[in-house]
Amino acid sequence: MSSIAQKKGFGATLWDYITTVDHKKIAILYLITGGLFFIVGGIEAMLIRIQLAQPDNDFLSAGLYNEIITMHGTTMIFLAAMPLLFAYMNAVVPLQIGARDVAFPFLNSLGFWMFFFGGIFLNLSWFLGGAPDAGWTSYASLAISSPGHGVDFYALGLQISGGGTLIAGINFLVTIINMRAPGMTYMRMPLFTWSTFVASALILFAFPPLTVGLFLMIFDRMFGANFFDHTMGGNTIIWEHLFWIFGHPEVYILILPAFGIFSEIFSTFSRKRLFGYSAMVFATVLIGFLGFMVWAHHMFTTGMGPTANAIFAVATMAIAVPTGVKIFNWLLTMWGGSIKFTTPMLYAVGFIPSFVAGGVTGVMQASAPLDYQLHDSYFIVAHFHYVIVGGTVLALLAGLHFYWPLMFNTMLNETWGKITFWLFFTGFHLTFFIQHFLGLMGMPRRVFTYGADQGWDLFNLISSLGAIFMALGVIFLLANIIITIVKDKKVGRDPWEDGRTLEWAIPQPVPFYNFKQTPLVRGLDTYWIEKQEGNKEGMIYAEPIGDIHMPNNSVIPFVMSFGLFVGAFGALYNGEQPWAIPVLGLGLLITFLSMGARSLKDDLGYHVHKEDLLDEKEGGKH
Amino acid sequence: MDLNTKYTPQSWPDHPESSTLEGKNKFLGFWLFLGGETVLFASLFATYLALKNRGPEGMQFSTQELFELPLVFIMTMLLLTSSLTSVYAMYHMKNYNFKAMQAWLLVTVLLGAAFLGFEIYEFNHYVHLGFTYGQSSFSSAFFTLVGTHGLHVLIGLGWITLLMIRNSKRGLNLYNAPKFYVASLYWHFIDVVWVFIFTVVYLMGVIG
Repeated sequence: MSSIAQKKGFGATLWDYITTVDHKKIAILYLITGGLFFIVGGIEAMLIRIQLAQPDNDFLSAGLYNEIITMHGTTMIFLAAMPLLFAYMNAVVPLQIGARDVAFPFLNSLGFWMFFFGGIFLNLSWFLGGAPDAGWTSYASLAISSPGHGVDFYALGLQISGGGTLIAGINFLVTIINMRAPGMTYMRMPLFTWSTFVASALILFAFPPLTVGLFLMIFDRMFGANFFDHTMGGNTIIWEHLFWIFGHPEVYILILPAFGIFSEIFSTFSRKRLFGYSAMVFATVLIGFLGFMVWAHHMFTTGMGPTANAIFAVATMAIAVPTGVKIFNWLLTMWGGSIKFTTPMLYAVGFIPSFVAGGVTGVMQASAPLDYQLHDSYFIVAHFHYVIVGGTVLALLAGLHFYWPLMFNTMLNETWGKITFWLFFTGFHLTFFIQHFLGLMGMPRRVFTYGADQGWDLFNLISSLGAIFMALGVIFLLANIIITIVKDKKVGRDPWEDGRTLEWAIPQPVPFYNFKQTPLVRGLDTYWIEKQEGNKEGMIYAEPIGDIHMPNNSVIPFVMSFGLFVGAFGALYNGEQPWAIPVLGLGLLITFLSMGARSLKDDLGYHVHKEDLLDEKEGGKH
Repeated sequence: MDLNTKYTPQSWPDHPESSTLEGKNKFLGFWLFLGGETVLFASLFATYLALKNRGPEGMQFSTQELFELPLVFIMTMLLLTSSLTSVYAMYHMKNYNFKAMQAWLLVTVLLGAAFLGFEIYEFNHYVHLGFTYGQSSFSSAFFTLVGTHGLHVLIGLGWITLLMIRNSKRGLNLYNAPKFYVASLYWHFIDVVWVFIFTVVYLMGVIG
């Protein structure tokens, strides 16, 4: 076991990644898979915009259009945005808090593979009789009568990948609570760690309602239950509640880590301590808390009555307060700073007005009477794309440039990065700003076409042109990534030169055990403190060099998730194919046998010995 | 971690479940998982309450006619007692008395299995009355809520049994102590959920 990279064949590398429990490699797996799903979702978005570019278009049929909007939303939220955030969380958080790995490396791998197989299962629907077509919210009134297996793929696929997400959430919570280096008190944790912490808590409490909702749908559609069929006494509103009790915290699960990434970027490139650190932490926690109190603002028009609507309206507006605190703190971080406009910083600066625009329309919709007018119109589409693209996706792109050197020890080209930013940013506003007006002019969401006499053609055409800019931005980004990988120019430690937190203090490439000695943290922005004091090593240590305990690689997570994948096919074809129940049983058997194998075989890990560590000297010099 | 370290009741730590980092992580992680499970059952309870006694026109099944409290009372006693015996098991675990721990775990498993037997009998009885899974929204919600709890009992039984068999030869050490402890936490959680099922489904169904 040495940290010296040896040339390995493709098969060996693949096996290494399938069995890995190293958070840095799992981060790369999340990045690649999430990136691929991001492109799939992006292609679906382009198909939508082509269809809507002109009136009475027949590029897509109405049924196919429904499948594409459903898969666009589902893919982007569950299979692109969240996994990409997990990529950064895995890559950064353990290093940021001075830990050698996450609390449960085995579960970390299991979480990834469940997401992976769930995502693959969901997308196989395209080839096996049609994708889900009831919208990403899959309201039961539509979903239980949707023909074919599309919605079954949705429910089963999300169930599997949702399990993976829940596991990842618990893992990060325990990691952050138990694995912090000495001196890394809660109020010295970098904001990205804080926002990961709060987002993980949201995952823990928001995903179980989705699990239940999806199970009800699975039982209704595949096993003869009657939760949603009103002739049997059922009630479709149950789905709406369960979905949004999950769904609203979900948008905070997406946006809080984005806030965290931007907080890091603002203070790094303003070369200033984050303004109002404690207020930022407090606001993050408060947003997380309030995020659970507002789900029914998605359901103002279902007829809950004025009292319920009023309560949820007020709670929703209250969220604007901590969010406003954050916006002002970012602005004041830049104020008087010595700003460097790197690519990540461009994204961060672009994020503020974009996200504020999305936030303002959000407060507009919080007003229940106005929401009755805006409901199900393009105004809503514009709003949530402003918060999710203007917030989360900009953060994902910013984070990609910002953390790339940490993950790969190379740097994406800055000029190309800036071109990407301008293309994407222009395209984004061009696409979505005008959709506010389309909504106000009465265009409903989720329609596959519109008439030439309705006066929506020009605005839709402009919107579609904007989408081309965004696609060009992504193509530039991919080219940038390929060029960077081919050039493979190593950049070493702290390539931005202004790193403030522990992850930048670690030698590059990061040794597989992360920290040879556990660091001692002396304050907020610990690396910055050490740099100011002229400490060349970048950290001081809490312990002498000693043996390091490491977890063993394992293929069990992969097999366990594969079992669920197999079992899902059995559930899907239940009542249709004679082999359905045996296959369901076989899949569950694979999963439970691997769980048994896991618990029967002791997994004590191994030790990297002190002597080997001393031999290596400076781990980062080769 | 060294599995060969021999302990005596004197050298055995006061909190064997959390005296290693792995143990601490398991302990905290499992509490968090139970937090998630609580929300899961809360969602199922909400679904059940929304669909209680709802069915197609002229449905003859209702909580009042269906449930028989004496049977459910016996089940409740069985499960509550099994929770108590699992506390005894953990008491002996903390005192490094492996044999007594195994014995009390065995009693726990037997009580749990008896509970499960009664539940299967109960479900079977309802199905024979025509109250099948798809008969109405009420039946779907009832079987899903109570059945999910029953599935948890089954998993708990399998888990504890597997732990007992796996460690029967080698006794207690700091590697398996957290595992026993976490399994007993799970067992308590199952018990707490049942208390709510007994109250919300059965008592409020028959009396309320």
